[in-house]
Amino acid sequence: MRKWNSTLLAVSLSVAALAACAAPTTTTTASSESPAAGAASPAAAGAPSRLDTILSRGTLICGVEGTIPGFSFVDSSGKYTGLDVDVCKAIAAALFNDPEKVEFRNLDSTARFPAVSSGEVDMLSRNTTWTASRDAAGGNGLEFAPTTFYDGQGVMVTKASGISSFKDLDGKAVCVETGTTTELNLATRATEANIKINEVKFQDSNAGFAAYQEGRCEAITSDRSQLAAKRTALPTPDDNILLEDVLSKEPLGPVTVNNDSRWYDVVRWVTYGLIQAEEFGITQANVDQKLQDPSPDIKRFLGTDGDLGKQLGLSPDFMVRAIKAGGNYGEIYERNIGTGSALKIDRGLNKLWTDGGLMYAPPFR
Amino acid sequence: MTPSSSGEKIPFWRDDRYVRIAVQAIVVLILIVIFGFFSGNMSRNLQQQGRQFNFSFLLQGAGFNIGETIIPYETNSPYYWAFVVSLVNTLRLIFVGFIATTVIGVVAGIASFSNNWLLRKLNLIYVEVVRNTPLLLQLYVWYFAIFFGFSDKGNIAQLPGSVLVSKKGIVIPWSNGSPIAWVSVAMLLIGAIAAFFIWRRRIKLMEEQGASGQREFIALVSLGVVGLLLFLFGLGWEFPKIAASGNVEGGLRMSLEYGSMLAGLAFYTGAFIAEIVRAGIQSVSKGQWEAAKALGLQPASSMRLVVFPQAMRVIIPSLSSQYMNLAKNSSLALAIGYPDIFATSQTSLNQTGRAVEVILLIMAVYLTISLVISVIMNLLNQTVQFRER
Amino acid sequence: MTTAPPSITSSRPPADQVGAIAWLRKNLFNSWFNSLLTVILGLLLVRSLYGFLSWATTTAKWAVIPANLPLFFVGRYPVAQYWRIWVIISLLAVLSGLSWGILSRNMAKLFDRNILIAFGIAAAIAVLAPTPVPFRILLVGVLGLVLASSWMGRIVGRRMPQLGQWLSLGWGLSLLVVWWLIAGGIGLPGVKTNDWGGLLLTMFMSVSSILLCFPLGILLALGRQSSLPALRWISITFIEVIRGVPLITLLFVGAYMVPLFLPPGIRFNQLLLAVISLTLFSAAYLAENVRGGLQSVPRGQTEAANALGLNSVLATILIVLPQALKVSIPTIVGQFISLVQDTTLVGLLGAFEMLGISRSVLANPAFIGRYAEVYLFIGAIYWILCYAMSLGSRRLEKQLNTTH
Repeated sequence: MRKWNSTLLAVSLSVAALAACAAPTTTTTASSESPAAGAASPAAAGAPSRLDTILSRGTLICGVEGTIPGFSFVDSSGKYTGLDVDVCKAIAAALFNDPEKVEFRNLDSTARFPAVSSGEVDMLSRNTTWTASRDAAGGNGLEFAPTTFYDGQGVMVTKASGISSFKDLDGKAVCVETGTTTELNLATRATEANIKINEVKFQDSNAGFAAYQEGRCEAITSDRSQLAAKRTALPTPDDNILLEDVLSKEPLGPVTVNNDSRWYDVVRWVTYGLIQAEEFGITQANVDQKLQDPSPDIKRFLGTDGDLGKQLGLSPDFMVRAIKAGGNYGEIYERNIGTGSALKIDRGLNKLWTDGGLMYAPPFR
Repeated sequence: MTPSSSGEKIPFWRDDRYVRIAVQAIVVLILIVIFGFFSGNMSRNLQQQGRQFNFSFLLQGAGFNIGETIIPYETNSPYYWAFVVSLVNTLRLIFVGFIATTVIGVVAGIASFSNNWLLRKLNLIYVEVVRNTPLLLQLYVWYFAIFFGFSDKGNIAQLPGSVLVSKKGIVIPWSNGSPIAWVSVAMLLIGAIAAFFIWRRRIKLMEEQGASGQREFIALVSLGVVGLLLFLFGLGWEFPKIAASGNVEGGLRMSLEYGSMLAGLAFYTGAFIAEIVRAGIQSVSKGQWEAAKALGLQPASSMRLVVFPQAMRVIIPSLSSQYMNLAKNSSLALAIGYPDIFATSQTSLNQTGRAVEVILLIMAVYLTISLVISVIMNLLNQTVQFRER
Repeated sequence: MTTAPPSITSSRPPADQVGAIAWLRKNLFNSWFNSLLTVILGLLLVRSLYGFLSWATTTAKWAVIPANLPLFFVGRYPVAQYWRIWVIISLLAVLSGLSWGILSRNMAKLFDRNILIAFGIAAAIAVLAPTPVPFRILLVGVLGLVLASSWMGRIVGRRMPQLGQWLSLGWGLSLLVVWWLIAGGIGLPGVKTNDWGGLLLTMFMSVSSILLCFPLGILLALGRQSSLPALRWISITFIEVIRGVPLITLLFVGAYMVPLFLPPGIRFNQLLLAVISLTLFSAAYLAENVRGGLQSVPRGQTEAANALGLNSVLATILIVLPQALKVSIPTIVGQFISLVQDTTLVGLLGAFEMLGISRSVLANPAFIGRYAEVYLFIGAIYWILCYAMSLGSRRLEKQLNTTH
C-alpha cells in the first residue's frame, strides 16, 4: 500500500514538474503590434504581420526538405547545408544580423503546405514549384517569392531497361514522390502521350529513390537537378541515363502564407537582393569594401543611402547582412550545387539575365 | 467532520444532488468554451488567408494517378472517386490481413504449447522480436530488405507453392476465372452451407435421440470428397510460369508494396494475437485437459475439441482491438508506397490545400471502419459466450 | 549427503533417460510429426543464419554506423554539450544501481548468473564499441557506476530499509535534473528542441508521454465508470474517437493543424505538440486497460471502504485504484511498449527521432542504399528498449503478486 502511495506521489510530482517545465517552451508571443514594428512603413502598419511575430521571437523558422544533397541536407556532423538552407540563412541574417538565428524544420512533400498555412513554419525554402493553384487564395493560398532555381521535370532510367524516350515508358513502373507537381505532370504527360504508366508513389523521396535503385521501377521522375544529384550518389552512375524529355517547367522558390504582404515583401526582396548582389558584383568577401562604392545604385542597395530597409521594416543594412551570411546568389549556387560541389550542375537557366539566363531582379530603388 | 443532524439544512455545496449537477455543468461549459474558441480561431484564420471550409473540391477532377486499382479509375476522375478507389485498396489490405493475421496468430499461439523444443523457441523468438520493434521499421525491412532481397538484381525468386517473387510483384497460383471456375465456386459455397446444416442436424439427432449419426456422417464425408475434387480441378488453377520473354505469366499478381504491407501487418498483429491465444489457452483450467485425457482424447483432439472452444471466450474480446489496430496501422502504407486511402488523402490535401476537410473525412472513414469491426466482433463474441443451461 | 543410501548413488539411470541424446529424443524427435518439423525448421534456421552471416560479413558495409553514431544517439545535439548527456547517463546509472541494490537487499545474491552474463556482454560492447577511446572508457565507467552503486544501495538499504520509499521521489527529482541538463536554461546554454534527435529524442518523447498519459488515462477510466452521465459520455466519446482513428492522423492534426485552431501569433513547440498527440492517443488505450482492472475489483471493496466512512472519491483513490492498477500492470506496460514504438511515426512527420535521423543518414550520398545495416542497428536498439521494459514488468508483476 505504502509503496503504491509513494509511486503515485512521485508520478504526480514529476507530471507537475514536467508541466511546469513545458510552459517556457511554448513560445507564446504577443500577437499585437510590437514596438519593433514601429519602424515599418506607415501604410503597412495596420494589419498584424508574421514579420512582427518573427522579430519578437528572435528566430526564423524555415521549412526545408532536409534530405536533398545540394539543396537542404543534414550532413554527418548534424549541420544543415544547401542552396535552400543558405536562402533561409540570408533572410535570417537580414532580419537579425545573425545567419544562425534560423531553425530548420524538415517537411515532406505532403506536410509542407499545411505547415506554412497554419503558421507552423514562417516560410518554406523547399524545392516548391510555383503554380497558379498553389498561389491562388482559393487553392493552397500561398505566396511565392522569386524563383531561386529554374528546374524542369526529368526522367531517369536504367540503361538496361532500353528506354530512350518518354513514350517508351508505356506499361513500365515509374517511382514518383507523392503530393508533388511531378506526380501531376507525369499523369498529364502520360494522358497526352496516350500511354499507361504504373506509378509507384512514395511520401519520402529517398524511399522512392531506394526503390528505383533496387529495380522496383524502371524509371524515376523528379526535378532534373535532383535526379542529377542523386545519380552521382549511385554506385554506378553511368548505368543510369537522364532522358532528353523535359516534362514540365519547375520554377522553385521560397514560399510564405497568403495575405501577409509585409512579411512576403521581406522574403521577396531579400531573395531578389541576392540576385542583384551578383549583378553588382558584390560578394561575401568584398561587401565591406563595396560600402565605400560611389555608385548611387549600390549605395541605395547596401543602405548607406536612402531608406529601402526601413520601408521593408528592416534595418538599412539588411542586404549587407544577408550577403555576409553566405554571399550572393552566384556564390551560393556554386558552393552548393555548382562547380564548388560534388553535384556540378550547370547553371543553365539559372545564369543572370545579363549572361542569357532567367535570373533577373527588379530595380532596388 | 461533524455529522449534520437530520433537522439541519445541508448547505448546497455539501448536497450531493447539487454537486453532481454543478460538476457536470461546469465540465460541459468548459468543453463548449474550448470548442468555440478553437472553431472561432479556425474560421478567422482561414478567412484571413482567404479560404473557405467546404467539400466542393470532392467533385473536381483529381488529376493524379493511383498506382494500383481494382475498380476503374481514370486520371481525371473526381476526388471523391479517388477516395473510393483507395478505400477499396485499404479494405482489400485489411480484409486479407485479418485472415492472414488470425491464421498466423492462432498457429503461433498454439505452437507455444508444442512439445517440440525447436518450434517453441523459434516461436518465442518470433513473438519477442516482432512485438518489441516498431511496425514502421518492420515495414521498411519487409519491403526493402526481404522482398527486394528475394528479387535481387532483377531475378525471379521461386518460393515453395509456385509463388514467384520479382520486382514486378508477387505472383501466386490462382483460378483462371473461366465460367466453369465460377460455377465451381458457387457449388463449393452451396456445399459448405449444406454441410453446416447437416452437421447441426447430426449433433441434434445425436443429442436428442441418441442416434448414431452414421448416415449424416457419410453424407458429410461424401460432400467433403466432392468439395475437394471441385477445389482441385474445378477452379482451373493457373500456376505462374516464367515465359520465354522473361516475364511471369498466369496466376494472381500482387504488387510488392501490397505484399510488404500484408506481411508486415499480418506478422506484427499475429505476434500480439499469439500472446492473446496463449493467455486464452492458459486460462482454461488444467482440469479440462485432464478430463479430456481421461476420456481418452489425444492431445491434439483435446486442444481442438475441449480446450480451444473454451479459450475462445477469453480470446475473442481481446481480438477485437487487435483487428482495429491492424486496420488503423494500414495507414502506414504511405511509407512504402501502397496507395491506400491515407496516402490518397495526403496527395489530395496537397493538391487542393484543404487540410481540415481532408483530415475530417479521413478520420470519419477510419472511425467507421473501427465501428464496423467492433460491431461484428461483438456479434461474434455473443455466439461463443458460455450459454448456461 | 554423504549418508545417502547407496542404492540411489550407485545405480546409474538408464542411458536413454539422461544426456544429450535422451534430451533430443524427448524434446525434438518424440513422434514422426515432431521429427519432421524439427528437420524442416532446423534446415530453415541453418539456411537463414548462413544467409545472414554471409551477408553481414561480406556484402554489408557497416561503416555507416560508426560514421553516424552521434546522429543515431543524440541527433544534432551540439558537440560541445555532449558532456551533459554523459552526466545524465551517469545519474541514471547511479539511480538505477541504487534502486536495484535497495530493492533486492534481502535477496541472497545481488548478482546472479544471468545478471553477470548481461553485464559481461554490456562491458564487451562498451569496450568494442566503434567510438573514440574516451567514449569507451566512459561507457565502461558507467557500467562500473551501476555495479558500485548497487553494492552501495544494498549495504545502505540493509541498514535503513525505510530508504526504499524515497527512491521514487529520487527518480522524480532526477527527471527534473535530466530535463534541465537536456534543455539547458538556468546556468547552462540552452539547446533548442529542434536540435534534439536520435535515441535521445525517442527516449524523451516516450518517457514524457508515458508520465503524462498515466494520470490522464486513469482519469478517463474513472470518468468512464462515473455515475455522472456528462462525465461518462465525454470520457466514452473521447476514448472511442481516439481509439478509432490512426495515430498518424492525430499526429498530423497536432503538428500542422493545431496552429490553425489558435489565435494568430501563438505557437506551440513542435515537440510538445507531438508529445501531446502521443499522450492523448495512449491515454485512451490506457483508460481501457485500467477500466479492465477497475472491473476486476470486487464491489465489496468499495462497500467496505464506504462502511469505514471513506467518501466515494477517497475510496476510489485509496482502495479501488491500487488494486485495479496492480491487476492491469501487464497491459499497461504493453501499452508503454507500443508507445515507444509509436514514436517512430513522429519521424514520418519530419522529426529527427531515431527512425527519422536514419532516413536522413540514408539520404547522405556516402551511405545510400545502406538501409539494411541501419535498420538492423536501430531495430536492435528498439528491441533492447522494449524487451527491457517487458522483462521489468514481469519482475514487477512477480514482486507484487501477493495472493490474499
